[in-house]
Amino acid sequence: MADLGTLTIAEARDRLRAGDLTAADLTESCLAAVEAAGALNAFVHHTPEIAREQAAAADARLQAGDAPDLCGIPLGIKDLFCTRGVASQAGSRILEGFLPEYESTVTTRLWDQGAVMLGKLNMDEFAMGSSNETSTYGDVVSPWRRGNDATPLTPGGSSGGSAAAVAADLCLAATGTDTGGSIRQPAAFVGIVGLKPTYGRCSRWGIVAFASSLDQAGPMTKTVQDAAIMLGAMAGHDPKDSTSADLAVPDFEAALTGDVRGKRIGLPREYRMEGMPEEIETLWHQGAEMLRDAGAEIVDITLPHTKYALPAYYVIAPAEASSNLARYDGVRYGHRAALSQGDGVTEMYEKTRAEGFGHEVQRRVMIGTYVLSAGFYDAYYNRARKVRTLIKRDFETVFADGIDAILTPATPSAAFGLGEMGQADPVQMYLNDVFTVTVNLAGLPAISVPAGLDRQGLPLGLQLIGRPWEEADLLNDAHVLERAAGFDAKPARWWA
Amino acid sequence: MSIDSETAAKVAKLARIRVEDDALPALAAEFNTILGFIEQLGEVDVDGVEPMVSVTPMRLKRREDVVTDGDIQAKILSNAPDAREGFFAVPKVVE
Repeated sequence: MADLGTLTIAEARDRLRAGDLTAADLTESCLAAVEAAGALNAFVHHTPEIAREQAAAADARLQAGDAPDLCGIPLGIKDLFCTRGVASQAGSRILEGFLPEYESTVTTRLWDQGAVMLGKLNMDEFAMGSSNETSTYGDVVSPWRRGNDATPLTPGGSSGGSAAAVAADLCLAATGTDTGGSIRQPAAFVGIVGLKPTYGRCSRWGIVAFASSLDQAGPMTKTVQDAAIMLGAMAGHDPKDSTSADLAVPDFEAALTGDVRGKRIGLPREYRMEGMPEEIETLWHQGAEMLRDAGAEIVDITLPHTKYALPAYYVIAPAEASSNLARYDGVRYGHRAALSQGDGVTEMYEKTRAEGFGHEVQRRVMIGTYVLSAGFYDAYYNRARKVRTLIKRDFETVFADGIDAILTPATPSAAFGLGEMGQADPVQMYLNDVFTVTVNLAGLPAISVPAGLDRQGLPLGLQLIGRPWEEADLLNDAHVLERAAGFDAKPARWWA
Repeated sequence: MSIDSETAAKVAKLARIRVEDDALPALAAEFNTILGFIEQLGEVDVDGVEPMVSVTPMRLKRREDVVTDGDIQAKILSNAPDAREGFFAVPKVVE
């Protein structure tokens, strides 16, 4: 069978509707690709029975006409999303054996459209990581390599399985979640598109919580058009998530006019980092030129509190995580440690959490506990929340000055080798999110678009940041950038 | 602000995570690295700035104060490591 996993959502949709492709054939092709790609360790729970059932239902619906955009489209789902009766572990040992009795709102919306679930995708444990090295399932290996060098590289994180699966054409698209850059950084590392919507655009209900004021689900796709299509299916108000916005969901795909004339695109001077590879600086300028050539106006702007975004994040996110992860106590679901004679309930909590949480999660829960503890709450937590107010104000100021979108690099480097980063110093790993984390703190939408290759042949991405709720305009800007950059590189298929 | 092994042990206790004594010095060192990074926040002038409560200005919705769910005891207990007679079971709590 032809390798149908290389199709975009838009191409597959049109062919499915035209009747020259069936959801069953498309699904079988993807299932075969998934089976053959064990070396990537992207899919960690396979659901071929569900996929075949959904594909059959999709074909029936397609035959009947009026099938929605995602009808019959095979997707991968990040392990953070609860899926009824299917393992949903958030990449953690502590949720071993957990089979949700309910379905997340976002995945419910996808299945309602007729999408097909191939399985669950690997990720950093509880979405805490930038390299997919903290997962209980083991590392995800990027489909990309440095030329002929077989050193295994990271696909980025935390949505590393999603990124690898889409880049390797195992599925047409995948869901991701983004708390500090977990959609955009892996998307940039593997040369795909990753969109973090405005906070509140997609319901968080049924998604395992990491830092509730920052978490947001979004699509990871091969093209900007696909991101527009998939966001339309994922987004919308949900009474079960009080922070989900009761706003109409526009037709994002229809907004892709390709016209950015007169748009004002800001380049923040604070994103010019010391020690940033020259290639990334060059790519950034090229991206700005592309938008200028398309008729946009390029404006230098300042976001003065940028430097403080990462430290503020590493107070706020662990603080919220320490609270959210308190529920994993060995009582209601998941792992419980074997206890010794005489152990009481406290020993049960302590042993269960020591066994069930990996090192990075333990570290963040404890940092969060510390910054919230008596005597430090004001000095750390409240101060970080004040700095967050200032970071958001920086963006509000430039938007009020007439800036429509902001162009930045997506990451400070290309993908690195597994095991190469941050073994001794956790802060070194945290710096991966330096360009993405501001967006979560300010609740804004942002998209990573593949824009070029570095001299080792690895993908590099550019990030566009939009105004709140204006994903439609943001996607159109990204569409123009994508077309101008003309990124069409694919990894060599060493794994199959 | 420097964290010693004793403080690290206290934090681990508060977080209900068992950390063996011989792992405490390394843990304290990691905390110090991270907190050293966070200390930068001290440079920012935050006088008169309100701590952020909600990233998007929104009024929380209200709904009718009625029961919308329930009678799902079996579902609630289905994932429990130990459930007996309709309850979650835990080790004896003896004070």
